[in-house]
Amino acid sequence: MTTTNTEPKAHSHGPGQIPVSKLDTHGSHDVNDFPVPHGREEEWRFTPMRRLKGLHDWSGSVDGTDEVTVDAPEGVTVEQVGRDDERLGTAGLPADRVIAQAYSSFERATVVTVPRSLVADKAIRIDRKALGGTAFEQLVIDVQPMAEATVIISNTGTGVRSGSLDVHVGEGARLTLVSLQEWDDDAVEVSQHNALVAKDADFKSIVITLGGDLVRLSPRVSYTGRGGNAELYGLYFAGDGQHHEHRSLINHNLSNTRSRVDYKGALSGEGAHTVWIGDVIIGEGTEGTDSYENNRNLQLTDGTRVDSVPNLEIFTGEVQGAGHASASGRLDDIHLFYLRSRGIPAEEARRLIIRGYFLDIINRIDSPELREHVMEKVERKLAAHE
Amino acid sequence: MTKFEIRGLRADVLISEDERQEILKGVDLTINSGETHAIMGPNGSGKSTLAYAVAGHPRYEITEGEVLLDGENILDLEVDERARAGVFLAMQYPVEVPGVSMSNFLRSSVTAVRGEAPKLRQFSKELQGAMKGLAIDPSFAARGVNEGFSGGEKKRHEILQLEMLKPKVAILDETDSGLDVDALKVVSDGINRAQSDGGLGVMLITHYTRILNYVKPDFVHVFADGRIAESGGPELAEVLESEGYERFVKVGA
Ligand SMILES: Nc1ncnc2c1ncn2[C@@H]1O[C@H](COP(=O)(O)OP(=O)(O)OP(=O)(O)O)[C@@H](O)[C@H]1O
Ligand SMILES: [Mg+2]
Repeated sequence: MTTTNTEPKAHSHGPGQIPVSKLDTHGSHDVNDFPVPHGREEEWRFTPMRRLKGLHDWSGSVDGTDEVTVDAPEGVTVEQVGRDDERLGTAGLPADRVIAQAYSSFERATVVTVPRSLVADKAIRIDRKALGGTAFEQLVIDVQPMAEATVIISNTGTGVRSGSLDVHVGEGARLTLVSLQEWDDDAVEVSQHNALVAKDADFKSIVITLGGDLVRLSPRVSYTGRGGNAELYGLYFAGDGQHHEHRSLINHNLSNTRSRVDYKGALSGEGAHTVWIGDVIIGEGTEGTDSYENNRNLQLTDGTRVDSVPNLEIFTGEVQGAGHASASGRLDDIHLFYLRSRGIPAEEARRLIIRGYFLDIINRIDSPELREHVMEKVERKLAAHE
Repeated sequence: MTKFEIRGLRADVLISEDERQEILKGVDLTINSGETHAIMGPNGSGKSTLAYAVAGHPRYEITEGEVLLDGENILDLEVDERARAGVFLAMQYPVEVPGVSMSNFLRSSVTAVRGEAPKLRQFSKELQGAMKGLAIDPSFAARGVNEGFSGGEKKRHEILQLEMLKPKVAILDETDSGLDVDALKVVSDGINRAQSDGGLGVMLITHYTRILNYVKPDFVHVFADGRIAESGGPELAEVLESEGYERFVKVGA
């Protein structure tokens, strides 16, 4: 299913009146501000609530532990902090009850700081292996003005995990954030990535979701200065029974800001379900916004389900460019025919085509080793249904 | 010595799930190695259908007849097996496969057809040589298969594949259309090179005698209404060019 909501909005009239967006940029740190969802709410209607392992109506204890290794280049600081640290939760408000619950319940948090003007000479790596149980977490990445860094977060293991990642990309700074969801098949993750992009800053997010029973990840971006650029790329591959849900929101709240969203997925096997919600708001009174979003899905077998919903809401007449595209379908049998007509066996032809399909996303990753790692994982999932 | 025989071939185009239409209505043709057979005929008469049906295109279904390569019915083989057996089709409209680089694609196909992976160094040399022979810029090797290629560039790459894969029989479907004079010469030279060891049989589908000045046919066949309506020597091409197909269309209708 593909539904599209594209509604140019009329300017509001009268001073002080703010247009009401259907897209919710509001939120709260307080879990009690959100009623317990039952699953029919707009923001929950695609999520299989029963598989959330109780996250939406939490009453259990926090019993999960992780094995974390951090590798940071010189000059970058990584701190473990307590609940009262003022830097936590500052890039965006939790947008749903689960994320607010995680904010209310976490015990320890991590703050990564790339100081002003530091150009990190290698990637900051955070490898987290979850060792079962339930845990809530908060992570802050603060890239200060004129600094440059790449952060690679790898999530493996099993358990139920939820929390926020708050990203500050300071004035003129550049950050590439790679987030790998390579959970075991029974893990559950619900998380929100909030990014605040400052004047002339560059933020690139690459989300790779391959594992888990249920992964629901919401990257959200807003701007604190003109000239900010945000690029959100995603690759997901849902196998048998896996639910992969990505919900992006770009809030062009200031003039002369740019965004690109490009998510590509594949589905293979009974009950594989992917959801992509791409919300873009072009704010009242802004001008010179340049925004484009794209979602593609490849359904490799029967029994899969795709939901792909771009939402574009425009509150100004002064847009430089805004568009979206969404398409889902089968592997093109004419592509297959062409490769096979040159002697290439069917499985290899499929592999070549799917490699090609994901290539432009994978090529966004700088590290050749990581690119190869992701490609290998994709091919392994592919092989499951040959 | 190879013998390629099409016998009593009938085929339908599959239009939708429950709609089909017979296009090939009994095609008989024998091509021996080293021979070049030109096939000429009006638009819509089924020439491409013949080419695609032999190659195993999923939108066509053969309902009757056989296609023998040295006595083996290749219709029993999968698409890729037919290619590995030595049948090659240069398509009228080559397919764009985004993200798959031309060099990866060619290495995979050469490996599959030859049955072993060529040494990387040797393969690169061979590919560069073949590209040069067809006046293809080396930068094309890194581009996606036919991705954004012009019509003429696509045709050159079809012949590049012909030269790299060295099949026993090649069906060239309007390889000459869309080529400028220089390109026509370059592509014709490529076809002649592929045939130079005398083994390759060629079925050359065309609308124009222009290419036949470079690639000399041994036989010319008129294709009309899903079958071969008349066969002759090279002189038949001249007759067709001056008189058109009118006489055959009437007979066929
Ligand atoms: N999907 C389709 N639906 C309906 N008719 C089709 C379909 N595909 C092919 N045909 C018909 O099959 C007939 C034969 O087509 P074919 O492409 O084989 O002709 P051709 O001889 O190669 O023509 P040309 O010289 O123009 O290349 C045409 O009448 C064409 O319209
Ligand atoms: Mg044709």
